[in-house]
Amino acid sequence: MNKIQLTIDGVEVTGTQGQTILEIARDNGFDIPTLCYHPSISKTGACRLCIVRVNGNMIKASCTEPAAEGAKIITEDAEIAGLRKGILEMLLAEGDHNCLYCEENGNCELQALCYRYGAENPAADFPKNKRQIDVTSSKGLRRNENRCVLCGRCVKACAEIQVQNVWQFDGRGSHACLTSDMFEKLGDSSCVQCGQCVQICPTGALSFQTVLGRGPEWELKKESSICIYCGVGCKIDFYTNKQGQLVKAIGNPDGPNKGHLCVKGRFGFDFVQGDKRITSPLIKRNGKFEEASWDEALDYVSKRFSEIKQASGPDSIMAFSSAKCTNEENYLMQKFMRAVVGTNNVDHCARL
Amino acid sequence: MTNSIREIPLTESFLVIGSNTTENHPVIGSMIKNEVINKGKKLVVVDPRKIELAKHADVFLQIKPGTNVAILNGFAHVLIKENLYDKEFVKERCEGFDEMAKTLEKYTPEHVAKICGLDDPSKIVEAARIFAASKPMALYYCMGITQFKSGVNGVKCCANLQMLLGNLGIPGGGVNPLRGQNNVQGACDMGALNAVYPAYQPVANEENQKKFKEAWKTPLELSIKPGLTIVESLNAAIAGDVKALYVFGENPVMSDPNQHHVIEALEHAEFVVVQDIVLTETAALADVVLPGRAFIEKEGTASNTERRVQPMHKVVEPLKGTQDDWWIIMQIANRMGASWDYTCAKDIFEEVRKVTPSYAGITYERLEKELIQWPCPNEQHPGTQYLHKEKFNRGLGLMSAIEFTPPAEDVDPEYPMILTTGRILQHFHTGTMTRNSRILDEIAPEGFVELHSNDASNYNVSDGEVVSISTRRGSVRMKARVTDKPKPNVVFMPFHFVEAAANKLTIDALDPTCKIPEYKVCACKIEKVNA
Repeated sequence: MNKIQLTIDGVEVTGTQGQTILEIARDNGFDIPTLCYHPSISKTGACRLCIVRVNGNMIKASCTEPAAEGAKIITEDAEIAGLRKGILEMLLAEGDHNCLYCEENGNCELQALCYRYGAENPAADFPKNKRQIDVTSSKGLRRNENRCVLCGRCVKACAEIQVQNVWQFDGRGSHACLTSDMFEKLGDSSCVQCGQCVQICPTGALSFQTVLGRGPEWELKKESSICIYCGVGCKIDFYTNKQGQLVKAIGNPDGPNKGHLCVKGRFGFDFVQGDKRITSPLIKRNGKFEEASWDEALDYVSKRFSEIKQASGPDSIMAFSSAKCTNEENYLMQKFMRAVVGTNNVDHCARL
Repeated sequence: MTNSIREIPLTESFLVIGSNTTENHPVIGSMIKNEVINKGKKLVVVDPRKIELAKHADVFLQIKPGTNVAILNGFAHVLIKENLYDKEFVKERCEGFDEMAKTLEKYTPEHVAKICGLDDPSKIVEAARIFAASKPMALYYCMGITQFKSGVNGVKCCANLQMLLGNLGIPGGGVNPLRGQNNVQGACDMGALNAVYPAYQPVANEENQKKFKEAWKTPLELSIKPGLTIVESLNAAIAGDVKALYVFGENPVMSDPNQHHVIEALEHAEFVVVQDIVLTETAALADVVLPGRAFIEKEGTASNTERRVQPMHKVVEPLKGTQDDWWIIMQIANRMGASWDYTCAKDIFEEVRKVTPSYAGITYERLEKELIQWPCPNEQHPGTQYLHKEKFNRGLGLMSAIEFTPPAEDVDPEYPMILTTGRILQHFHTGTMTRNSRILDEIAPEGFVELHSNDASNYNVSDGEVVSISTRRGSVRMKARVTDKPKPNVVFMPFHFVEAAANKLTIDALDPTCKIPEYKVCACKIEKVNA
């Protein structure tokens, strides 16, 4: 790989031949705004917010422009800031961007950029094309296209990450909008509800159906874990609200899944806080379960195991360990059977 | 997996056999689709059902369930006959070629097509030529290879093929079993198996016995006799030899073959303890139920299908009244004479490292900042991205001469159709979690039997009508889904749904070596139910 040298805002930086200006700038800590660009999909070059000044007079979209040896880049000056503000105001004029009741308030890239550039909803009355609002047809996803900025991230996420090709652009110019398999309703399409389009959407145009709780973005706490379902081992960032309820699951880019999830990883977690959980040890007496204290239950279990071991030998006890449990728990279960009970009768569902 | 998920872009051709990847391992399924659809990589799919990947395949071989050995032998036969195999790899790194080649002689494409129920033998040749021309080829399989009486043989044939092609020990190739549960790899690594200690150290070995007795400081003589597998233990319970069952985070009533037999075993046992998060079908039959904690209520590690060990963090506060599962096991152990003093999952992991050579170099601290795949023998070791580089574990790769053997149950006039079972996208295993997740259960609320349209018209069944499916072990009723997905004369049922439990029907015939049940094929009959 050939290294190249260029100057960004007066600082000498090094990049690799073939990298774009944006990639080298971000690698070196320069903050160039973007909307259509996302590192997990191919480059689009549609929103023009990433424009930079190249070698004095040219203005280029940095997300698609390959960096050249010796280039001098200015990431922002008064003219570029003005252009960016203008682009944002046109986007605002086109849709219904009212943050007061938007689920993505505080997590919206458009909102953050409007704030950064002081963009406001233009006073003049622009003709608005009313677009699709469909918040019920899909079990998992909600769509409000009045908040869409036509960046195309969802189209690319569906084509390049989930590879389902549900989202497409339809119409031209001011009539451009999204379509799901040419169906009016997302619920009628071939969407598999992996939710990658929602995860990548920079605005509130696409959002998740609420499973348990909601909460404003700035109150949510994030912690990662590993998906409980298949063996891919997707890394998930789980968000919880102030009440401790699970709000949403977002694919973590550092996992083997590179940020992607399937419908189970996305929506299959509310059983944890559902009403089917058992919250007390149960002992069956006369054919009926009765609640018991932990001490009582543990004493009873160990007494019965000991009695049976005494009477019929350690090989009369069998444990089913679990592929749904951690390494530590599985280790302890086999150690218990081998070192305490004294049998190798331990297995789990590897074959099932 | 011998190889890694992140090597998928390095693969030139894929063989997906016995894996409905886009439904059961959707994230890997999408990565394969991206290579095939967006980058023009080659794909061969072998499956009794026209699964989603089959639509994108260069060659799709819709085989009869239970004929994997024949088709894999068929590929190998063509590679040898057309001189397309990697002679250098076979000569330098493998043994057993001559005997294998002799056995393969009769597996001509015509002979194989007949066994597998394929119309066009030339497709077998075409597939083999793709593997030879587009290297590295990565072989992906799942329970559609293993869950047969001939499961072990199926796996050996996968290894044979990849050795013949020289696709082992290189990035982008490999024999890649997709593990079906998030920590099935780890549970095996930890020795939650009847014949091995952690890191697959056999129990029937006096040195290991001594080593673990010392490590665990137990006064007990550790048993040198391999234990029972799950299905064997259920038989032993019925026979009266196993009297107590400790079921931890499993639901055998729903997940094991021949449900009637499982329930009988649980009823026969004197004492059954179930440790789980909800009152499963199995817990309902227990004497004591201990409420454990769900995955995001606790700390620990899990090992994925590519041997990558990853940390799991506590995301939500545990529900009141529940306890950490390791704590519960420790409490029972200590009441039975042990004196364990673990205070957290990390304490246990530190002990795991000491007795599990492949995990010795892994620490909680490293896992927070590094990607580590075992084997990782010491703290300076970066982990292992792919196995068998330069040398196999046993030295030379063993090529095996494997003959095709038919499944346990063949069709007959009374049970003229083949039943195969599996999972669907929205649900997982016995549904304990997904059926208690609102959105997933709303998308896929009920079980079904998938029926080919030819069969549907033979039985005068239309889409959505209720049918009864029976085998020698039981009978269930459910709605028919009429499609062209299964091979004619094959029906498919998911096993997630207690209302239409597929495992009332499945057969508990086992592979003689590894004791895996033959879930994927048994004889059945179908009848229309007149409402």
